[in-house]
Order: sequence, then structure tokens, then C-alpha cells
Amino acid sequence: MLEAFLSSSIGMATPILLAALGELLVEESGIINVGIEGAMLCGAFFALAVAYFSGSTILGLGAGMAAGLAINAILAVLVVNLTVNQVVAGTALDIFALGVTGVFYRKLFGITGKAFIVTLIPKLRFGRLTDIPILGGALFNHNMLVYLAFALVPITGYLLWRTRYGLSLRAAGERPEAADSLGLDVYRLRWQALLVAGLLTGLGGAYLTLAYAGTFVENISAGRGYVALAVVILGRWKPWGLAAASILFGAAMALQFGLQAFGTSIPYQIFLALPYALTLAVLAAVGGQAASPSALGEPYRRL
Amino acid sequence: MILSSLARAVAAILLAGVILAGVLLALGASPAGVFMALAQGAFGNWYALTDTVVKSTPLIFTGLAISVSFSGALWNIGADGQLVVGALAAGAIGPHLEGCPRPLAIAIILIAGALGGAAWGGICGWLRAHRDTNEVISTIMMNFVAAQLLSWSVHGPLIEASGAYPASTPIAESAHMYMFFPPSRVNLGIVIAIVLAIACSLLLFKTAVGFQLRAMGRNRRAATFFGIPIARLTVTILALSGALAGIGGAVQVSAITHRLYEKMSPGWGFEAIAVALIARLNPIGIVASALLFGALDNGSQAMQRAQGVSAELVQVIQALVIMILLAFDTPVLAQLWSALGRSKVAAAGAVSEVPNA
Repeated sequence: MLEAFLSSSIGMATPILLAALGELLVEESGIINVGIEGAMLCGAFFALAVAYFSGSTILGLGAGMAAGLAINAILAVLVVNLTVNQVVAGTALDIFALGVTGVFYRKLFGITGKAFIVTLIPKLRFGRLTDIPILGGALFNHNMLVYLAFALVPITGYLLWRTRYGLSLRAAGERPEAADSLGLDVYRLRWQALLVAGLLTGLGGAYLTLAYAGTFVENISAGRGYVALAVVILGRWKPWGLAAASILFGAAMALQFGLQAFGTSIPYQIFLALPYALTLAVLAAVGGQAASPSALGEPYRRL
Repeated sequence: MILSSLARAVAAILLAGVILAGVLLALGASPAGVFMALAQGAFGNWYALTDTVVKSTPLIFTGLAISVSFSGALWNIGADGQLVVGALAAGAIGPHLEGCPRPLAIAIILIAGALGGAAWGGICGWLRAHRDTNEVISTIMMNFVAAQLLSWSVHGPLIEASGAYPASTPIAESAHMYMFFPPSRVNLGIVIAIVLAIACSLLLFKTAVGFQLRAMGRNRRAATFFGIPIARLTVTILALSGALAGIGGAVQVSAITHRLYEKMSPGWGFEAIAVALIARLNPIGIVASALLFGALDNGSQAMQRAQGVSAELVQVIQALVIMILLAFDTPVLAQLWSALGRSKVAAAGAVSEVPNA
């Protein structure tokens, strides 16, 4: 029971963590991206569609990442080059993604009306490690995307705080004018952050269909993209903080299934609302966006 | 100014139509057929026409909610949840209004809706003002919580005693909204919506609070220096924004559904963002743009039946319109336009009405 809960928590945390790590890069570069939900939804859909028709999981993952990349490229044109309001542009992309996935879903799969099922990405086993009681099942029985997501945590931290590139990126988010006067290309840095985030968020979406559900249902992302936004705040813009916050939400989601299966008399809606209510409660408790990059959300126009 | 806004909105919609035609061709559908079916479904006959008005009504309420909050650079993405809670409050009190005089019963229903929505928006306002919690995230989270609250209510405490289906006990007949041309569903709600649009317009452009709000929207820091009570204004405006959406939910219960179901909103709170942006956050303009989007919603069902193109296409149109309008309003394009021979004054005026946070 505990083993299943822990394992499920880590599994549910993975797509959120992937998206949140991408969002961390984007926010460090000075942009708030509300379009994560849309990028994740498109990633989920196109990953499933390509995996289903090609029979290849790898192609599916690639398609999911490409879809995330495409959504974020549109966002980059809008918010980096045209300097439009970032929140509104992101929300527009979320609506766009709902529409596009709905239209394509009906176009591709609506004719037959049956569920489209793909084989899930296999779980890796680590021999004797997997057999350790509780920990073995919780930690050493996941698919490769889970390990990839958690491996990206220290990598992202290293990139942001130990490399010249990370310094440039953060400069773009803290003082874009100063960064520009030092010869850094703020537009290019923000574009790069958004494109990398698109790949990661699309992969997070692909995880939902190819590693978790095995199929696509309308609005399968169910607010995980928005939760990823909250995770960045909760994690105080620190990769390990993000990982911890993701696991917290993963646990809230896992709890929902665990307790539902347990057959308690508590209404199931409470569990469904739990991750969102928890987000609110924790944000209210930690308060503040004080730790956020100072130019976050402000469009930068080069004069 | 109004004319240039209108021209921009029309241009954005036309451009979205052109892009859409390309997408339709790629999907193997006939753009002309789809547009015809949309128009037929929206305006083709008396029933279609009246239902377009009915479908626009909640969009006016949520559009106004977006307009007042966005004017203050308060990014309320939670109009959907606020509408749902407004509907919930109205649906909860509705069955208890048996024997109450009709005008009073309707007033009570609407006030319940306003209070429900105000509470939902006000919480986010309080969190923003006193806990520095990003309202984009808090309002979105409150949408999900509202949906589950509604679901629990219609499965649990409010479920109709005799009903097996998850729906609440019907509201008292005395609380049914006045209908104008039965059997059409056009009702007093549209009038209330228009009156509130005028009220919001006065609030924004003729009162001190409206001025403070717009000042806060333009530059929060400067507004603080000028002694504008940012915290109080934030709570008030998000509560007001929620109240407007909540009344929309109450009207829906009173006039259309007469009871609560698990899903009360098809996403009116999100659609409202497009509605409000087309109107450039101008409350009067919102009535017009809500009618346009109501027509799109209404026509989309006919389009799906006639052309086999899924109704979600409407969301793609909405999103395209938002993006194009945003792009039209950027300083970058304004410069381009002025370079193409427009006067410098026009270019300066083209700078976005939507405040940048």
C-alpha cells in the first residue's frame, strides 16, 4: 500500500516536474508562461497520435516534444518579438491547444469512436534493488522518463548557476537592459529558454499519454501545466525545490486514487480538488513572489 | 478611436478567418461550407437568432468580469469558477423561494449569485493583496476547486430527492426569470447584462475608483506613490469581478437550467478573455463582442452537424482572434504601420489597451 502510494507519487510528479524545470528556465529569462497547459496538452495528444499510427513509442515521444516546441515558438513570437501581454498570450495558447487537440482528435479518431490505446513505456528494473521492500518498488520500478526528469534537476541547477550561459539567462530575467548593454542578446536568450521549455513540457505531455494513461481523453492535462507554474513558486526557483514541490503534488494526486480505492466515505470530489486546494493553501502560506526574477513578466523592447 | 478599435477587431476576425480557411482546407473540409453552416446556425432563423442572444448572455457577464479586473492589471483567469459558484449559490437557495413574490425571488437569486462569485474572486483578491499570491495561479486553482464543489453538491447535499441523476432540486417557479418571447429562451438576463455593462462603463470611466483602477493597471508602482489604496482596490475589484461572473451563473440557473448540473459552464470564463480583448476591455463593446462569440458558439453545433467539423473549432477561432488582436496592438506593429504612411499620432494611440503587468 505504502509502496504503491510512493511509487505513484513519483510517477505523478514526473510530468509536472518536466514542465516546471522548463518553466524555471523561462522565468529565469524573464518570461511568465501561462501557456504550459496548452503545450502539455498538445504534447500529450500528438505523442499519442504518432505513437498509435507509427507503432513507435520513440516517434511518439519525439512528436510530443515537437508539439510543445511548436506551441512555445508561437508564444515566443508573441511575447518576445511582439512584446504582447504574457498572461493573455499564454491563456490564448491554452484555449488554442484545447481547440486544436479537440478538432484533430475527432478528425483522426472520431470516426470509429473506439478508444485508442498504445502500449505503455516499459518500466525499468534494477535487479536486486527493485526487490528491496517498499523502497525498491517506490524508487526502482519506473520508466526511463521518470529518471530523466529527476536527472534533469541537478543538470538544470548546474546550467543556471554554474555556467556562463546560465548567468546570461538570469541576467536577461533580472536586468534585461543591463544584459543588453553587455552585448547579450536578450531576445535570443528568451527564445532559447522558451524552446527548451517547449521540449520539456511536450515531453511531460507525452508522459501522460504514453507512460501513464496509454490513451488520450479530452483535456487530459487537467491543470497540470498550471500546477507546474505554482510548483516553480513553491520551489522558490530552485531545482531541488521544484522536485520537492512536484512530489508534493504527485502525492496529492496519488492520494486521490489511493483513498478512492480504499472506499472511504469521504466524497471523492475532495480528493479531486485536493491538488488545487493544496496549491492555493501552500502558496498562501509561503506567500510572496519576492524570490522571482525581477523582470519577470515585463516585456523587453530593445530601443 | 472607437472606429479604429472596430476596424482592428474586424481585421483580426477576418485574418483569423483566412488562417482558419487554410486549416479547414488542410483538414479536407470546405471553408465556404463551414462558414455558411456557422452563419446559418447562428442567424438562420428566429430560433437560431434568439438562441444566439441566449448564448451571448453569460459571455457578457464574464466579459465584464474580465474587463474590470484586466483594466487594473489583475489577471483574473477564474471567471469560470466564479460563475460556477454564483450558479451554485443561486441553485442552492432557489428551491427555498417557494411562495416568495416573483420580483423578490429573482432578486434574491441574483444576489446569491453575486455573493457567491464575489466570495470566490474576493479570496484571490485577498491572497494577492495580503499574501502576495499571484492571482493568475490562484484564480485558475479556484476554477478547479469550484468545479469539484459543484460536483459534490449535486451528488450530495443538493441532490434531488427523487433523482438518480446527479442534479439538484429544481428552483422554485417564483424564481424563474422573466422570458420575453416564449417559446424562445430570450430572457430578462440580457437586459440585466446590458444594464451592468453600462454601469461598468460608468464605473471605469466616470468614477474615482475607475480612474484609480486604470492607474493601477497602467503602473502599479506609480499608483502607490499617488496614494491609491492598492490592497483595498485589489480585493474590491476581484470581488466585483467575481460578482459579475456570479450573476451570470445565477441568470443561467434562473432562466435556462432551473437547477444545477455537474457541468454548468462550457468554459465561458475563458471565452470571456477573447470577448473582453476584442472589446479592448470597454464594457459597452463587450455586449457586441459577446454577441459575436455567442453566434460562434451557437453556430458551431450546426456546423458540426452539417459539415462534420468538430465544434472545438470555435476555440481555435477564439484563440486565433486573441493572438491576432494582441499582435495588432503591439508597438512593433504600430511602428510598422506608421512607417507605412499612417500618422505618428495614430501609431501612438495604437499602443495596447491591455496593460502590461
